[in-house]
Amino acid sequence: MRIDFAKGSVFPVAVVCLVILVLWYLAAIPMNAIVTQPKIDAAGGGLYNTLLLSWNHERPVLPAPHQVALEVWKTVFMVAPWKVKSLVYHLWITLSSTLVGFILGTLLGVILAIGIVHVGSLEKSLMPWIIASQTIPILAIAPMLIVVLGKTGLPDIFTKASISTYLCFFPVAIGMVKGLRSPDKLQLDLMQTYNASASQVLWKLRFPAAMPFLFASLKVSVAIALTGAIVAELPTGAVSGIGARLLQGSYYGQTLQIWAALFVAAFAAATLVWLLGAFERMSWKRMGVKP
Amino acid sequence: MAENVITARDLDLTFQTDDGPVFALSKINLDVAEGEFVSFIGPSGCGKTTLLRAIADLEKSSSGTLTVNGMTPEQARLARAYGYVFQAPALYPWRTVERNVGLPLEIMALDDQAVRIQRNLDLVNLTGFEKKFPWQLSGGMQQRVSIARALAFDPKLLLMDEPFGALDEIVRDKLNQQLLELWDRTGKTVVFVTHSIPEAVFLSSKIVVMSPRPGRIIDVIDSVLPRKRTLDIRETSEFLKIAHRVREGLKAGHSYED
Repeated sequence: MRIDFAKGSVFPVAVVCLVILVLWYLAAIPMNAIVTQPKIDAAGGGLYNTLLLSWNHERPVLPAPHQVALEVWKTVFMVAPWKVKSLVYHLWITLSSTLVGFILGTLLGVILAIGIVHVGSLEKSLMPWIIASQTIPILAIAPMLIVVLGKTGLPDIFTKASISTYLCFFPVAIGMVKGLRSPDKLQLDLMQTYNASASQVLWKLRFPAAMPFLFASLKVSVAIALTGAIVAELPTGAVSGIGARLLQGSYYGQTLQIWAALFVAAFAAATLVWLLGAFERMSWKRMGVKP
Repeated sequence: MAENVITARDLDLTFQTDDGPVFALSKINLDVAEGEFVSFIGPSGCGKTTLLRAIADLEKSSSGTLTVNGMTPEQARLARAYGYVFQAPALYPWRTVERNVGLPLEIMALDDQAVRIQRNLDLVNLTGFEKKFPWQLSGGMQQRVSIARALAFDPKLLLMDEPFGALDEIVRDKLNQQLLELWDRTGKTVVFVTHSIPEAVFLSSKIVVMSPRPGRIIDVIDSVLPRKRTLDIRETSEFLKIAHRVREGLKAGHSYED
């Protein structure tokens, strides 16, 4: 008898999670040895003492999964969300600048793509700059950008969001250029036979045709927008936000704090991508995509 | 005698390619009167589609004159003088049937859109399919939607580029019949590109036989068949005689040689 586990996605995902957990627990033993070995020896050695002490150290090099889970539980659910100790508070700070940056970046990307598709010379003049902009390491340019923008008196959130915008516009611009050019020749000829204006072609043909490309780009850019927001918090020495938590964690050797912040950030990114997927499915329904 | 809808005099059209010039159309002279059903027939590369596209101002002629409704093709296009049916339905997949048919009406901002959509869907026997999306229809139905779309803004001239080329023969027969009925009822001028001899003879009041390299007109046949026809007419000797003349024309243009 053959049981088809592969049909659902739960089983494969669970297997991968299990493998990662096992590897993680195993790795925690040698990695923490530098801080735990004296204690293990003092307790008389043995497998029991090794596991107990390796997986429950207060300031481990690599915390065990359950320690991270407990830290997340404590800082997310056991603290009021407006307190500085709450990760929800920090996540909100980072998320708000993520969303501002994401929206601005998307707008910028779409506007650039519309310009490039309609004006031939813009492609030649802008495209190299757009591509070059992404070859600069973001860690190098972020401090300068933030310092310069900080001097202009813009609200802090826009200063931080500028990094997300900088990262986000690129996949949107590239995806939308391709999407806006995706209608086939006959569909475009048809518009010409109607003597349709460029804006009518844009709104009634190019834009709807570009929707699948837009959603693919948005999913990429929302995830990097979050990364950008975290990076933006590092050079300013911000006291709140996921980036600030990571920075403080590494200053004070609080590995648990770092890992908890990482997991919450990853969870937030996954949620944002999932939300976009839900919007995408809603748009499919409205646009009559074959199920 | 009815007025000329399309007039071509010594029309040349040359494409410049990397391999040198391609003479797509050479010395084309043609008159299409109002209310006629004219077919362009010939092998691939004879310029029949190019000629239709030139009439529609989708290609520019190199020399000679071409007028549509007494205007240049560009003026005619800007005046929205014709409806065009392509080789493929070219429906917009995110629009329902009724919104596809309504597309030209939206673009031209015409009145009574709902009434026009209904009337034209009725004309192609697609009442009841308004809310369907293109993928829910068969190929023949999709092409009928595209015909309804071409007729939606009531142009006097209908340009059709091998509209039934991708369909099987049974569906094609049925659509040919329906197209003739539609032509009879609406009194439109139709210019129809095909590479099927029976289709050309069955539909047309005038058959233009073309040949390749360079694309040119070999023969123009005025059909003696009555305006009202059924598929049975294809068994009659008049029909076969015209079909024979078309075939002779194609042969004279070396269309059957390699």
